[in-house]
Amino acid sequence: MSVRHALLGLLIEGPKYGHQLRQEFEARTGDVWPLNVGQVYTTLQRLDRDGLVESDDAAGEGSQNVYRVTEMGREELAKWLCTPPDLTSPPRDELVIKVLVALDLQDVDVDDVIQVHRRYLVELMQQWTRLKEDEGEFDLPLALVVDAELFRLDSVVRWLDAVSGRLKRASLDQHTPSGPRAAAPTGPLLRRRLVARR
Amino acid sequence: MSFLELRDVSKTYGEGPTEVTALESINLSVDRGSLVAVMGPSGSGKSTLLTIAGSLEDPTTGDVLIDGSRLSKMSHNAKARLRRRTIGYVFQEFNLLAGLTAVENVSLPLELDGTSARKAQMAGLAALENLGLADRAKHYPDQLSGGERQRVAIARAVVGERQLMLADEPSGALDSANSEAVMRMILAACKGGVAAVVVTHDAQLASWADRVVFIRDGRIVDQTLPPPSPESLLESVAR
Repeated sequence: MSVRHALLGLLIEGPKYGHQLRQEFEARTGDVWPLNVGQVYTTLQRLDRDGLVESDDAAGEGSQNVYRVTEMGREELAKWLCTPPDLTSPPRDELVIKVLVALDLQDVDVDDVIQVHRRYLVELMQQWTRLKEDEGEFDLPLALVVDAELFRLDSVVRWLDAVSGRLKRASLDQHTPSGPRAAAPTGPLLRRRLVARR
Repeated sequence: MSFLELRDVSKTYGEGPTEVTALESINLSVDRGSLVAVMGPSGSGKSTLLTIAGSLEDPTTGDVLIDGSRLSKMSHNAKARLRRRTIGYVFQEFNLLAGLTAVENVSLPLELDGTSARKAQMAGLAALENLGLADRAKHYPDQLSGGERQRVAIARAVVGERQLMLADEPSGALDSANSEAVMRMILAACKGGVAAVVVTHDAQLASWADRVVFIRDGRIVDQTLPPPSPESLLESVAR
């Protein structure tokens, strides 16, 4: 999450104090991402150093300074808004590794491993949904933040469902000697692909 | 006592080498006012579970109890009455009758149950109004959007004194905003005392439920624990 750019976005509306930026940041992210004052001032100092904001030094040192965005800050914000985050290289996802490790272990039922994680994810989604149910209908920023989290968790559940489906098909193929993929067990094949990717 | 109870329910189709087990030893209880989601992939038996819970199909073995009464002990007519008065169904494809207006679709179950046309119409209008569809009452299904059609289907499922709502993939092909609206309505019915079961493959839909039961190959394999309050979630984000 770029606190830096979120603060620039708030300053586009007009000059603001540091503590005011903190309050507005929290309110506009549905109070889901708390921000401490130290983080705000460290970020503002860096923005100032990089020429993206300027402060009204006349008001004195520290928390009473008023900050305003510079022209360079406006350009930086516009550029950032339209720059997609780097999603090109897949992260080394811990859950993916867990499932791959489980596939290779004789004594482990991969379906059990998958279900433990599926249940945990759905329980987490229930909590986020409850938050949306209680507060989200009229709190747009909160609803957007919760939706983002729900879609993220949902994609992991869907991946687990896809793993279950693939394992089931692979197991059926293995029990059919004439099946086209009978000679290609799932575990080693996935491992070769992982090695090739490195 | 739970409003809906499935006790050791199994269902098989066919015989001998062609026998297929759709459900195996299902135990499930749903209290009044609570929403239970049954989550599983296609072919896991979740729709069969719903049709058996709704008395549309009989189990091969085991018992289904609704409000304490065993379905297996009921006559054909008593079960039909139960379906008309007590159970509301919501299907993925809405299943509205194309030749009837929204309000006629909603009031039809009441009329079939012997309520006068005028009273049924009034109840239908009230149900539509509760779901924000009063101005669509005279529209035919093909004049309504997908989201509106599903809201009409929900109105039909709760009209009168229905106490059990059974929904099969109720958000169907609706977009996420309409899916959310559908789930909010089902939840509102639960808060009014209805017991509800939603079967779905969709985790986002299931996450609206008080309890999620996971079904695989006709067996319940797991269920969620009661979720902690959302505040604990925010505390963990803050850490």
